[in-house]
Amino acid sequence: MSTAWDYAPAPEARDIVKIQERYGLFIGGKFVEPGSGERYTTIDPAREEPLSEIAQAGKADVDRAVRAARDAFANGWSGLRPSERAKYLFRVARLLQERSREFAVLESLNAGKPIRESRDVDVPLAAAHFFYYAGWADKLEYAFPNRKPRPVGVTGQIIPWNFPLLMLAWKIAPALAAGNTVVLKPAETTPLSALLFCDVLRQAELPPGVVNIITGDGRTGAELVSHPDVDKIAFTGSTEVGKAIQRNLAGTGKRLTLELGGKAANIVFDDAPLDQAVEGIVNGIYFNQGHVCCAGSRLLVQESIYEAVVAKLKRRMATLRVGDPLDKNTDVGAINSKQQLEKITALVQSGVDEGAEIYQPPCKLPERGYWFVPTVFTNVAQSYRIAQEEIFGPVLSVLTFRTPDEAIEKANNTPYGLSAGVWTEKGSRILAMAQKLRAGVVWANTYNRFDPASPFGGYKESGFGREGGRHGLEPYVVLDDA
Amino acid sequence: MATAPVLPGGFELPLEPRLPRLGSVDAVALEERAAVLATRSIKREAKLFALDLAIRMMDLTTLEGADTPGKVAALSSKGIRPDSSDPNIPSVAAICVYPNLVPYALERTRGTNVKVASVATAFPSGQSPIDIKLAEVRDVVEMGAHEVDMVIDRGAFLSGRYAKVYDEIVRVKEICAGRAHLKVILETGELGTYDNVRRASLLAIAGGADFIKTSTGKAATNATLPVQLCMLEAIRDVHEETGRVVGMKAAGGIRQSKQAVQFLVQVHETLGLAWLTPDRYRLGASTLLNDVLMQIRKERTGRYQNPDYFTVD
Amino acid sequence: MSERLPVQKTYKLFIGGAFPRSESGRTYLAEGANVSRASRKDLRDAVRIARQAGGGWSSMTAYNRGQVLYRIAEMMETREAELATLCGGPAEVAGAIDRMVWYAGWSDKLAQVIGSANPVAGPYFNFTVPEPTGVVGIVAPSKPALLGLVSRLLPVIVGGNTVVVIASEPHPIAAIELAECLATADVPGGVVNILTGQRAELAPVLAAHMDVAALDLAGADGDAAELEKLGAENVKRIVRGRADAQSPYEIGVPRAEDGLAPDRDVGLSFAAAAPGTSQSDTEPRCGHALQRRRSRE
Repeated sequence: MSTAWDYAPAPEARDIVKIQERYGLFIGGKFVEPGSGERYTTIDPAREEPLSEIAQAGKADVDRAVRAARDAFANGWSGLRPSERAKYLFRVARLLQERSREFAVLESLNAGKPIRESRDVDVPLAAAHFFYYAGWADKLEYAFPNRKPRPVGVTGQIIPWNFPLLMLAWKIAPALAAGNTVVLKPAETTPLSALLFCDVLRQAELPPGVVNIITGDGRTGAELVSHPDVDKIAFTGSTEVGKAIQRNLAGTGKRLTLELGGKAANIVFDDAPLDQAVEGIVNGIYFNQGHVCCAGSRLLVQESIYEAVVAKLKRRMATLRVGDPLDKNTDVGAINSKQQLEKITALVQSGVDEGAEIYQPPCKLPERGYWFVPTVFTNVAQSYRIAQEEIFGPVLSVLTFRTPDEAIEKANNTPYGLSAGVWTEKGSRILAMAQKLRAGVVWANTYNRFDPASPFGGYKESGFGREGGRHGLEPYVVLDDA
Repeated sequence: MATAPVLPGGFELPLEPRLPRLGSVDAVALEERAAVLATRSIKREAKLFALDLAIRMMDLTTLEGADTPGKVAALSSKGIRPDSSDPNIPSVAAICVYPNLVPYALERTRGTNVKVASVATAFPSGQSPIDIKLAEVRDVVEMGAHEVDMVIDRGAFLSGRYAKVYDEIVRVKEICAGRAHLKVILETGELGTYDNVRRASLLAIAGGADFIKTSTGKAATNATLPVQLCMLEAIRDVHEETGRVVGMKAAGGIRQSKQAVQFLVQVHETLGLAWLTPDRYRLGASTLLNDVLMQIRKERTGRYQNPDYFTVD
Repeated sequence: MSERLPVQKTYKLFIGGAFPRSESGRTYLAEGANVSRASRKDLRDAVRIARQAGGGWSSMTAYNRGQVLYRIAEMMETREAELATLCGGPAEVAGAIDRMVWYAGWSDKLAQVIGSANPVAGPYFNFTVPEPTGVVGIVAPSKPALLGLVSRLLPVIVGGNTVVVIASEPHPIAAIELAECLATADVPGGVVNILTGQRAELAPVLAAHMDVAALDLAGADGDAAELEKLGAENVKRIVRGRADAQSPYEIGVPRAEDGLAPDRDVGLSFAAAAPGTSQSDTEPRCGHALQRRRSRE
């Protein structure tokens, strides 16, 4: 009998999706060449192989896109009957469902995330967001009674590389539902699902100029932010860039929402269902390789169960499968870019240098590609960099607490405030903790659960504004004072 | 004859050396973990490995009022040699029958490695006086059954009489000890919550179970993936705390190979390869066997199969 | 060349996702066809089946229910031509489809608009969450044959209730055609049950049924008072819906007018809603709010 049960490779077929050799910019309903002709290469981070040549949008291209969005806004979209707007969005939702396999494979190829996640989380949620907001398009008066909701105008949206298609859905769906038009810039390293999305827009017969997709690096984003004819900016990304944008927009009267970083505490009480809590801890920080703004990157475990939890956690980490994102059995995929890998490595080194104890399960990593072994630090002090700074990788820091009040104090002791997790059997404690935790999202006996009906966003330096739910419409409408 | 101490007010066990936390189970999270594990894609050699294991660890079962010596003889032959056209197909682990049929199963399996397991203790309901239940166990062990599958008294469990449940297990174990291994059936489908499944698992283990088993196969709900996961976690905790090895048997409702593989994946990722052996894991099933044979042949030939080509027994 | 003889269609009831004939074997003449004439026993069976279907339908996620409703719209769209011949015409069908889409978008928003977290004066968390009522009986308006039925049906099922409909007596065929759309749209069997037949015979049975939790007497006309009295025996929630209403609140304001209101943008109609409605929407209606208290120890 065999000494091991190796699950044979179970790769999802790549050929379902056609990637073009090069892409232009999607402006006014069609692909056009970038003014400068400048392009860069986007790659597959698991194999370090090039996938396509992507256009770098310059100032003139950004201007062209904004003008197309303005024209579409003025000449049709905002005046369209809301129930008709709704039907466009329903079409988009259905098309995403129909083409889900294509999008899932493409997302895993370009972003490095496991196909199981793209297939079971990213793509279905993206479709669900369009479906949900489609339903609000002709019901805005119920969302804002007596306040005569009307669209803001042209919205500029800049999204990150960790959930490329899902972040696109989070931005575009509410904007369109409220009657706005959009210029969206996908992240530099993950433009492909957004570019494929343009084909969905074509199939949905969305009027030209309502959604414009312009690719490029930080320069493109900066141009979009400072364009005078954009009425509102929505940004999801690092806190550092978010602050720069906020400074840039100061005094301009432009509307702004920011969804920035986090350093969430995942709090486990001694009466928590332990095996499920360990699953939640693992899901909280190793899901999507830890490239999650709301990741549970600090484990706050009640001291009385510290040994038991850490032992179970380490054992569980050893069963995590790190490898080819396209393999259906992969749990942890590739780090999105070389740059990010270097950041993670440096911060992990700082943890070791500052005196924390590191554990990494034995793990065979592929030769090529960007990989980081799931890591946990114990003996961590609040003041260590690994407990303060967002690592954005599969690295967990473990701290302890004795009482609920101490847990609150430690959890809130950060400039961030995006999310938190609470694990306990006691219902009253869940509600009490939720009330006292200064975080925009609190998960109880679960983690990293998202739904289009549930508003998501942060406190403090994690940003302002909400995405999802009725509240997610607010940034995209102008309201009369009641 | 030892009598178990009456348990004090709560639910405390005299388990040496240290009691694993009784603990609670979050149903939503448990079911989610079971669902994710069920998405593992097991192909080709890995699948054949699992299918082979599934046969080796199968308790081929018939538990019907209509069972006859002829039926049991035929089943036993099937269990010894599931596929006459393929000598590579292993025998099953055991034949599982009602007490009256034990002699016939023993006769047919003599000289092979296939064990005979008998249900006992007023299976499936357990709703009979203790003396009758113990007498049944004694008879079955005397007859030579290698394994005894007993049921716990769910009526007692659900009305909080844990001492009675525990006592019965201890007394059945006394009869079996050294002669037959004891599986304790929890009948998880009747217990209502995963918390109860965990408690019953720990109680059964404390009472001396060699294996804990999900179901009689006679209830509306039998073995499910989340329930097995809950039981495996209890087994793991006992092993971590005390070093004691307890086996797991999933029974009832497992008809397709795909399901069987999912159950095995769970064992693999929760307890490790060490538990993937007939000494520590069993699948109680009847129609599953032919489905496994069909899947094996499909893997080997590339063609989807037809049940007509596989003997019923 | 001789003309081809078309196959004549038989119109049956729609119960439990299937199309059985009336157990009584009776039919009546409507719109030139022999339409099944449901009996009190058919109605009894329909209510029993609607009750069984309730658990599954209400425990589906709201998102899922919304998708099912949207799929009904997809089915109706492909049958647009056929439906138009059975009711007032293409405008009515378009209105019905768009109304279906409108309600599909409500399923996962109702709780956000109607529910609340209430700041009570004590150390408690207090939530109000809308929950389905149970089996709802609908006496469909005589006309408009399609839009009238759709307008009454949708607010009931979007929230998770199941329904037994007594279809328009003079114009029943549109209802059966709609049933065919429902049957092919992933609507679980038993969620919607449609009985064709004589209103005067069936409505009192529905109104008196002890396992029907609520009643919409949109098509009751003169008999409403008598039916309301019958409904009092198990304290049914009773409304008199409007044939062309489009609202998540289901205000039971009786209006005399019938007829089709073309494509009003709901934004305008909200502002023009009947007076007094903002007060009465705190009253639980078909499928709406149940107070719940959760305490903190």
